[in-house]
Amino acid sequence: MSGLSHSSKRTLSERVSSALPKTEHKRLDEAHEQWAAQVGSTEELEGRKFITVSSVPIKDMYTPRDVEDIDFLSEVGYPGTPPYTRGVHPAMYRKRLWTMRQFSGMGTPAQTNERYHFLLKEGQMGLSVAFDLPTLMGYDSDHIRSRGEVGVCGVAVDSLKDMEMIFKGIDLGKISTSMTINAPAAIILAFYIVVAEKQGVRPEQLRGTLQNDILKEYIAQKEWIYPPVPSMKLIVDTIEYGTRHMPQWNTISISGYHIREAGATAVQELAYTLADGFAYIEAAMARGLEVDEFAPRLSLFFNSHLDFFEEVAKYRAARKIWARHLKDRYGAKDERSLLCRFHTQTAGVSLTAQQPENNIVRVTWQAMAAAMGGTQSLHTNSMDETLALPSEKAALIALRTQQLVAYESGVTNTIDPLAGSYFVESLTMQMEQEAEKIFEEIENRGGVLSAIDQGYFQRELAKSAYTYQKAVEKGERIVVGVNKFVMEGARVEIPVLKIDESVEREQVQSLRQLRQARDNDKVRRTLGDLGAAAERGDNLMPSFIECARVYATLGEMVDVLRGIYGEYEEPPMI
Amino acid sequence: MKKIRVLLAKPGLDGHDRGIKVIAAALRDAGMEVIYTGLRQTPEMVVEAAIQEDVDFIGMSILSGAHMTLFPEVLRLLKEKGAGTIHLFGGGIIPDQESVELEKQGVGKLFGPGTTTEEIVTYIRSVAAKKKQEPVM
Repeated sequence: MSGLSHSSKRTLSERVSSALPKTEHKRLDEAHEQWAAQVGSTEELEGRKFITVSSVPIKDMYTPRDVEDIDFLSEVGYPGTPPYTRGVHPAMYRKRLWTMRQFSGMGTPAQTNERYHFLLKEGQMGLSVAFDLPTLMGYDSDHIRSRGEVGVCGVAVDSLKDMEMIFKGIDLGKISTSMTINAPAAIILAFYIVVAEKQGVRPEQLRGTLQNDILKEYIAQKEWIYPPVPSMKLIVDTIEYGTRHMPQWNTISISGYHIREAGATAVQELAYTLADGFAYIEAAMARGLEVDEFAPRLSLFFNSHLDFFEEVAKYRAARKIWARHLKDRYGAKDERSLLCRFHTQTAGVSLTAQQPENNIVRVTWQAMAAAMGGTQSLHTNSMDETLALPSEKAALIALRTQQLVAYESGVTNTIDPLAGSYFVESLTMQMEQEAEKIFEEIENRGGVLSAIDQGYFQRELAKSAYTYQKAVEKGERIVVGVNKFVMEGARVEIPVLKIDESVEREQVQSLRQLRQARDNDKVRRTLGDLGAAAERGDNLMPSFIECARVYATLGEMVDVLRGIYGEYEEPPMI
Repeated sequence: MKKIRVLLAKPGLDGHDRGIKVIAAALRDAGMEVIYTGLRQTPEMVVEAAIQEDVDFIGMSILSGAHMTLFPEVLRLLKEKGAGTIHLFGGGIIPDQESVELEKQGVGKLFGPGTTTEEIVTYIRSVAAKKKQEPVM
């Protein structure tokens, strides 16, 4: 602050905001020039480029001149009030910490249930279910395409029976549960509702989140089943059902995480995710829902990558853009509609298989960025995720990492601690402006669905990913343990979880027993009703719930819809 | 000189295609002919495409943990269809021990996280050079 010796006497809003008098400009610029003359050029030093992990160039220093266009009250403001840059709740972590929610699931439903009881005992506050690939793709465990994949990268769920086991001994009226599932999301939600029903818990009591974001599947994660139009219809069905019956449930988690993992830069993650969100809002409004009926239950999900300040700026910009568009573009009047409430997961793609313990450190500052960015819930990755699913030890260290950030680091003492930093405010503004440019590009391409058809997102991600890889290989980007400080031949031994082949056998066996024990006439009838409802274009949630009650399987329900909606095929991209 | 032809494939249900697309771009930049199958290929589809496209190499990327099922199956089908000279290699999240086991079964090198594209290019070229020297049976 050397250029502003009297600044401490001025009010906060004056300091951060614009309207520096001309004389101040002059004095600042003079001081800056003097300093710059001393420093000389620092554009590039010993091959180091001063850019963020997203290749955004960063200046050597930021001053009040960089934030002179930012008006404190209208652009930064107070937490819990528009434009929400500083946080969605007035008291943020002073009143309530984020929810510590570790994404977890593997093997059989019984094994997953055991892991959940362990995590809850160790202080985890909410559940987050990871499903295996056959479940995500709508295949039962005995399907030919499921071979080798059952229970491997998540828990296998074929029917209500499996969901009953996963939540055995867990009161769904008390816990909140997040479920990472997309193409068959509505069916999994139906299973959850019926498990709760059997516990005596009503849908309106349920708290949690369904990921239910198909657009980012076409863009990045690629776990689709049906073509985009019927997929969007199913999502609007769940939004409509949730709006009527599940007032505490987040009907969707609009996800940037996977977009980032697939190669996006921070600003691409931000812009693509929010654009997807706007597409869901438009689809729900087209169904005839009022924006204020459903928007308060939309939630978002971002990545926390390596570049600390860029990530904090991203979260701040996200809140600001979301609130502005909801209000100005979609006419939201309820303040709750304006809140960009989000979950964060640290960046899996930033972890290395080499010297895996280093990952604990990477995860720590990524978790701090999420906390300083005001996240509502957080998953911290395990150090062994580049090798296998987390071992119990690695999962525990990951949970402890965010507990340490929350209780020992001090970053939760004050709200939005980086506000007013010339650098972070300037980055936040820049991020916002860049995102608006991308929205325009998407608009010009005819909206998100057309842009997907054109392969726009997919190409951009592949391009960013290749650029990043080349920078690492040229040594322009340092990855500790991979292209610098390498330890040849040193393999660090950490215990790695292995999913036993018996899991697939057990799961298939259990499914066979179910098919024999249930009332198959009833199953056929209910599946027939589901097909008829789909043909009529009804909201399918009630039909899925009926099918769940009679133990129809996920694969059977999806097959009915595959027959009606068809299957998506990705346009060839390279 | 005839360009090296490589089929890059994503077998199984895994949708993680960031890596394979980076590899595809890098192999092309290195002057190879690359055919990418797209996602969700069965072993039969992979082998069929490899034979039709008359490739020298198949590179499979598996991050879902299904490698112990999918690699041996592709290897078996290649032999069954008389295409055993096509060199099968791959990459993904594959624990060391299982890499060793698959290599014993006849799979080529399996590359893990942190591999450079240059290592892969060098590997393909050296295998291709060896193949040329081998007498045709």
